[in-house]
Amino acid sequence: MSAEVRRAIGWALLATTVLAVLIVVGSRSLDHFDAALVGYTFATLFAVFGITYRYAMWLQRPPTALYWRRGWQVFFRRAFVWHNLLRWPRHVIDDIALNRFIWARGRLRWLAHWLILWGCIVAGLITFPLVFGWLYFDTVAGRPGWYRTVVFGFPTISFPADSLFAFLVFHGLVWSAFLVIGGVMVAMRRRMRDGGAAAVQSFAQDMMPLIVLFAISITGLLLTASYTWMEGYAYQFLAILHAVTVIFGLLWLPFGKFFHIFQRPAQLGVRFYKEVGVLSDPARCRRCGHAFTSRMKVEDLIETERRLGYAYEIPGNAAGHYQWICPRCRRALLALAQGRLWHGSRGAAAPPHPMPEFGNPGMGEGPLGAEDAANFHP
Amino acid sequence: MPVPERNEFFIDPNRCIGCNACVSACMECDTHRGYSMIQLDFIDRARSPQTVPVVCMHCDSPTCAEVCPADAIKRTGDGVVQTASKPRCIACNNCVLACPFGIPKMHSEANLMMKCDMCYDRTSVGKKPMCASVCPSGALWFGTMEEIRRLRPRSRPVRTFRFGNQTITTKVWMMVPVDAPVDRVDVTDAMHEPTVGRSDAAADALLSGLWTAEGA
Repeated sequence: MSAEVRRAIGWALLATTVLAVLIVVGSRSLDHFDAALVGYTFATLFAVFGITYRYAMWLQRPPTALYWRRGWQVFFRRAFVWHNLLRWPRHVIDDIALNRFIWARGRLRWLAHWLILWGCIVAGLITFPLVFGWLYFDTVAGRPGWYRTVVFGFPTISFPADSLFAFLVFHGLVWSAFLVIGGVMVAMRRRMRDGGAAAVQSFAQDMMPLIVLFAISITGLLLTASYTWMEGYAYQFLAILHAVTVIFGLLWLPFGKFFHIFQRPAQLGVRFYKEVGVLSDPARCRRCGHAFTSRMKVEDLIETERRLGYAYEIPGNAAGHYQWICPRCRRALLALAQGRLWHGSRGAAAPPHPMPEFGNPGMGEGPLGAEDAANFHP
Repeated sequence: MPVPERNEFFIDPNRCIGCNACVSACMECDTHRGYSMIQLDFIDRARSPQTVPVVCMHCDSPTCAEVCPADAIKRTGDGVVQTASKPRCIACNNCVLACPFGIPKMHSEANLMMKCDMCYDRTSVGKKPMCASVCPSGALWFGTMEEIRRLRPRSRPVRTFRFGNQTITTKVWMMVPVDAPVDRVDVTDAMHEPTVGRSDAAADALLSGLWTAEGA
């Protein structure tokens, strides 16, 4: 067993143990733990082990490890820490809460993702505390018809059982199921009708998550329908069916597409890395002399490539390393290298050091934005 | 569905006339509708008409995928390096700056790297990529090895490239002279290479003479 695997198993065991202890403490030595939900609890503990293991393995890949370390370094760098702290809430709202970057990828894609995201967040915030015994509702002594919310064993707010607030809270999973099913329908429609999506999607990676989310939501809704309108018809069967779908979803969290939920926040670190890069020393192409990214970025990439076993060093050339050549010059070099082989039939050339420029600067044809243009220098 | 094995992609920048047909056709591809993934550059516009159209070369060991911290770039079994996985890409720009051929583009607003996927919606069902189907000069060409050998007897395809100490082998072939004594294209050797079809000192003098004559 490699050192990486041992480390990852260690972190996974630690995270699982911490959660198990929190379940015992939060449910006051299991006094408020609902034994009927023990299947959900063990599935969650397995999911936490799997997710932590995979996350720890992922963090040990050379590029991820370097970004992880550098991301925290630039966040807390003295010259930029206030800038970063002020920008942090804005990035969380834009990227996580509003999914603005997905809006730029496509309106329908955004609608589907945003509905599923918030449906899952609401469902998660209700389900996990209930399952772990961290949250339960108790009657209030001397006030019949009132409920008190108890969190981690501490009594909090009380409210009448027949109030609108109670109706909204007790049906929280119904609202979240509506959000998820709406999102799944939009996503499924896109995947069935979009030729581009159809070409690259796979059942396991793209259709399965939608089917699992739909199964969890619809069986949950059927439970509500059973006890609300059908006098509990087939309730036991539906409860087991719902548990099977949820437990399958939890067990699958570390393996499939859902793992992106845990990877995605890394884009916040990337934002700070880029912002600090723009404010620090630029890297200049050692062929054309133009700035094309930050010096920190080039040096980090050289280090990453070295750890991965790549050898882009150029012995005997002033450039030193191919990473110091901008992407546009790299494309030009490809043609020039080919042309060089044809010189025998087409004659030699005179002006040295040609400077490439975009042949297609129009909308949608050239750079995709300011950052893309900067990669290839203005 | 994988790209049929018999068909190969060949590029020959020497044949490019800079017409931009590939750029426009690329925008029609279903997997990145509205955005062109072709990189078409003038090498030295002031002095030469030479242009270079570059598609993803689909490396056997893709540097872009290896340096990706999010593990977002996958190479399918048929050797096509797919564009970044949308759920995973965190827009770090590593792939854009690490690609030895300068291919990927960064769509910052969408937090997404986009690159040529050899029109996977088309090639996976046996059709030609959009760019190769419209290129009037055959600078971008898609077909079988037998066809290209028959059509271009003065050229032969190679797919090994040298960047300093690093050798990269690709799925896409580049055409070189049939008698060139090389089995690979040494890209970094061209660091100070001039353009072809250029206006050299003599042509500059001629042009300046024309300007003078017009002025007179």
